[in-house]
Amino acid sequence: MKIAVLVKQVPDTGEQRTLDPITGLVDRRGENVLDEINERALEVALRYKDANKGTEVVVVSMGPDTLTKGLRKALSMGADAALQVLDDALAGADAGRTAAVLACAVRSLAVDVVVAGNESTDGRSGVVPAMVAEHLSLPLLSALDAVELSEVEVLGQRSTATGSLRASVPLPAVISVTERSAEARFPSFKGIMTAKRKVLTVMSVAQLGQLPGNTGQTSILSTLRSPARPAGRRIVDEGNAGHELAQFLRSGSLI
Amino acid sequence: MKNVLTLIETTDTSELGNTTAGLLGAASRIGNPVAVVAVAPGHGSALVGQLGALGATHVILAECEGTGSLLVAPELEALSAAARQVDPVAVIAANSVAGRDVAARFAVRAGAGLLADVVAVDTDGDAIVATHSVLGGDYTVKATITSGPAVITVRQGAIKDIAPAATPTSATVIVTPGSTAATILSTTLETTGSNRPELRGATRVVAGGRGLGSAENFILVDELADKLGAAVGASRAAVDAGYVEQGAQVGQTGVSVSPDLYIALGISGAIQHRAGMQTAKTIVAINSDASAPIFDVADFGVVGDVLTVVPQLISALGAQSDS
Repeated sequence: MKIAVLVKQVPDTGEQRTLDPITGLVDRRGENVLDEINERALEVALRYKDANKGTEVVVVSMGPDTLTKGLRKALSMGADAALQVLDDALAGADAGRTAAVLACAVRSLAVDVVVAGNESTDGRSGVVPAMVAEHLSLPLLSALDAVELSEVEVLGQRSTATGSLRASVPLPAVISVTERSAEARFPSFKGIMTAKRKVLTVMSVAQLGQLPGNTGQTSILSTLRSPARPAGRRIVDEGNAGHELAQFLRSGSLI
Repeated sequence: MKNVLTLIETTDTSELGNTTAGLLGAASRIGNPVAVVAVAPGHGSALVGQLGALGATHVILAECEGTGSLLVAPELEALSAAARQVDPVAVIAANSVAGRDVAARFAVRAGAGLLADVVAVDTDGDAIVATHSVLGGDYTVKATITSGPAVITVRQGAIKDIAPAATPTSATVIVTPGSTAATILSTTLETTGSNRPELRGATRVVAGGRGLGSAENFILVDELADKLGAAVGASRAAVDAGYVEQGAQVGQTGVSVSPDLYIALGISGAIQHRAGMQTAKTIVAINSDASAPIFDVADFGVVGDVLTVVPQLISALGAQSDS
């Protein structure tokens, strides 16, 4: 079994994140980390590898040279190899172009299953896994809270508006996991040491080969920072705060 | 007027999904709302009139084997077939898991630009302009597409426009799903026995955090929510502590809400939590820690013990409704 895991680096959600007011793109100059949801996706692959000798796990990503840090972390968690598409021409790529590039990279690996996070913490559009699946003409089973991977299929559970559903998809396939899926492991000391010897391949778009030409493009027209909320009223409870709050809700016609 | 193709969601019981009105409302802001819905062969005729009442001028029933049991494939083939018929300037779907999976695959197929998780749509001359609320509402970004039809997924509950009712024409097409697709094996209904509104799209939300101290005390959140007809939310800390199930989690990971009223009980207001609720119209916070960051975004803040303030609030609200 060969598994590709799609990963990306994102600005740390614990810090104040900003957009460039001119380009509208996420400002990635600060601390960037492997997105937590990608670590969960990697965990799915690593658990299968733990139980099935001979499994190969490759993390695939697109991004600038600072991405190396995140990919090394993935390798230290247990991935066997990493493939990074690095190309200045990809700066500011939208979801459509990103998916086209990732699909090309995945195709070159000839994998049995592609595992992704359901949505990143920065873009949150959650469309890349489905777009990759379409480029590769593979079925998709997305937004899984629990995953059982076998040699022939994936069984998964998804939350719905009314409860949950269980579904299966034959391999090869693309799947995505939610933050309810199993928590990711930490890199072990041994993992960190062996990661240094693992192969991290860097490719340009030209080296990837033929990208699909007709990938629809979006363009950002304007970026506006929301005004800060005006300071509100604050009281310290001296025994009557519940009544004062009720009064506030009534007077604002909020109830 | 130009056609805007709207992918309609149906429920497990083959009724119109609760996103339908908003999707057709969004479509009517751009052009002529045309609805497409995947149905099991021989079904769906009852939907035509209902879709007309919500603004569809034309309804395409795409009959597909496997509708309701296959994921993505029936809706994707329905949308593709309908797009060939009506040559839309835009395709609109819900930003639900199913809606965005279908929209994303369709965009690749059609070579179309995809504008995902949109909170408003408009036109500027011939251009279709989508508005996104980005990084937890810190930014408003407007975007358009440079080629092909625009494929748009609409954040659930964000667009409240209602299209004028129409008497629709209708057509039936027969489509077949692709050779491989994910198959639903079983569905489980969660019977909470509660009449509370769904968190996503709720107009009022009462949310609880670690400051409540225990799962038993979290009942205060439920009681206040029921008093106000509000949905129940929670911080990640409350979920991790086991006070409430994960579906209630509001924030960067979890549900993003934008209600008229958000009441945060014992929630400190970490940046990841604020990213999921700071676009609420009015924010109320009760927390014993005067330095909690939730107070920076609160319109009304109470520094005090939730365990004494909330019961008093509930009783004060009760007195009001009796008067």
